[in-house]
Amino acid sequence: MSAPTVARPTEDELQAQFDATIAADHRIEPRDWMPEAYRKGLVRQIAQHAHSEIIGMQPEGDWLLAAPSLRRKAVLLAKVQDEAGHGMYLYSAAETLGADRADLTDKLIEGRQKYSSIFNYPTLTYADCGVIGWLVDGAAICNQVPLCRSSYGPYARAMIRVCKEESFHQRQGYELLMTMMRGTAEQRAMVQDAVDRWWWPSLMMFGPPDDDSPNSAQSMAWGVKRHSNDELRQRYVDMSVPQAEALGVTLPDPELALDEATGRYRFGAIDWAEFKQVISGNGPCNEERITRRRAARDDNAWVTEAATAYADKHAS
Amino acid sequence: MAHEETVYDALDHAHGGEGQWAFGTGFDDPLAGVDTTIPDGVDAADLGAYCLMLGDDALVLCQRLTEWATRAPELEEEVAIANCGLDLLGQARLLLARAGTCCVLGRSREHATDSIPDEDALAYFRDVDEFANHHLAEADGGDFAQTMVRLLVASTHRLALVAKLRESRDPVVSAIAAKGVPELTYHRDHAARWVLRLGDGTPESHRRAQVAVDAVWPLTADLFTATDVELRLVAQGVAVDPADTRDEVRDVLTMVVERATLTVPAWPADRPSPGRAGEHTDELAPLLATLQGLAREHPAATW
Repeated sequence: MSAPTVARPTEDELQAQFDATIAADHRIEPRDWMPEAYRKGLVRQIAQHAHSEIIGMQPEGDWLLAAPSLRRKAVLLAKVQDEAGHGMYLYSAAETLGADRADLTDKLIEGRQKYSSIFNYPTLTYADCGVIGWLVDGAAICNQVPLCRSSYGPYARAMIRVCKEESFHQRQGYELLMTMMRGTAEQRAMVQDAVDRWWWPSLMMFGPPDDDSPNSAQSMAWGVKRHSNDELRQRYVDMSVPQAEALGVTLPDPELALDEATGRYRFGAIDWAEFKQVISGNGPCNEERITRRRAARDDNAWVTEAATAYADKHAS
Repeated sequence: MAHEETVYDALDHAHGGEGQWAFGTGFDDPLAGVDTTIPDGVDAADLGAYCLMLGDDALVLCQRLTEWATRAPELEEEVAIANCGLDLLGQARLLLARAGTCCVLGRSREHATDSIPDEDALAYFRDVDEFANHHLAEADGGDFAQTMVRLLVASTHRLALVAKLRESRDPVVSAIAAKGVPELTYHRDHAARWVLRLGDGTPESHRRAQVAVDAVWPLTADLFTATDVELRLVAQGVAVDPADTRDEVRDVLTMVVERATLTVPAWPADRPSPGRAGEHTDELAPLLATLQGLAREHPAATW
């Protein structure tokens, strides 16, 4: 019996199918054909996102042992745990594209892949935990909610869960700040100081301005990215200003003002030189963050080796 | 903007100042709604002291486990260790809150202002000699093998205790124990699996696991001798005599360690637990300094 012959689709036909899927706003799934540049770009983006979750455990993790009440300790431990979980979903999403978690981790540690530069700033007081929840997680939500509609199915689905948990964290952070603002004068000063230090870096989380964002156009065309950096940044500012007022803190930007005509807030110029310094490895904590991640891998390599050896011995 | 994109927008409207609108933020009293009447014939001071013993074991071990956060061998282990830590923290909060209802706050209440709940007054404003945990909980974490061997021993012992404490005449202790049984069953299982992998893994992991077993074993000397408080509460049907857990604990630990191809060290002679009497090793003071530093710096603050 001879095998039926099926004509294999040509590269052009595959490309046309892919383009039609994107145009119809349907999802690309792991076994679908995709252009190599789409795959590579997604791996880069998802890995960077996963790395950010894992490195992002450190700034707040530094307060786990010193949280000032048992309730806050429970909240913070659960949050840091969630971030490890987010990292795991995202690395899994990257693995559906043929990447390997251990290899991506090596690339992070060797500086060949990046993570969000916001996590290179230190957490100096407990108010920083609240401000990270409110502003940093808030900015992350603005960035990530549109990714729930990403054209790549596994990434979009991971983002739905991640965003739900992130908005939970944001509420927890804001609630901590509300509580602190009702506390002592010292606590209120701590909150204002933390807002002063995190506000500008949080604006930088949306990435470079649109006219200086090399990967944006292609990502938008492929439906991997849904809104431009500047558009998302503006949305974040518009939402944050009334929240700062409700909290009773001042955002550290003298130029921040409502534009009556558009209903949107104008804000001052972002220090992109600082952004470039931090992203190229010269932020206050870059070295510390990577050193700790490397130590977790290297100092415990014997554990992973043991687990592998045990599994091999007991494979039946 | 699509509905799904408004989660952040609603942030400042959602906060009414009350209610459980985010995990762990809407309630201050972990025993809210629970009848905390002390049962007839039970001495409140004894019951409070007993809750501190069990609560401090959980709190101090939680702190040791949390030291692994962001430093664990695998991401799966970050999640697992945090689970164990959160469970122990939950048990500690309930037990310290129960102690608070038994009038054992003592000096801690003098240092903590009224805005600080009992559980925090006890966790943050007692001094080292007022902590009643066993040395097993406070011992330095060591490497991953030592962490898992200690977790195995501690969870095996605690599970044996709380399984029996479900029958306690104190309804609060009984409820806390019932909640703890499935949690500690998971901790014991997780730790046992790691001891097997490490013992029967590579020569290096075998060596480290044996070092860990040898280091942790002597700490079991403190686990099985009842204090006077415990003996009085045993007579009242409230507490469990730790001596009654000895056989089960030794059987389980022997089985796991042998299956892990490790050598079971000689069991140390039982002795009264110095930790239960407030006598601690040098390892506890720095642990407490980290735990308590910020809260003590701002005694009038609300968190």
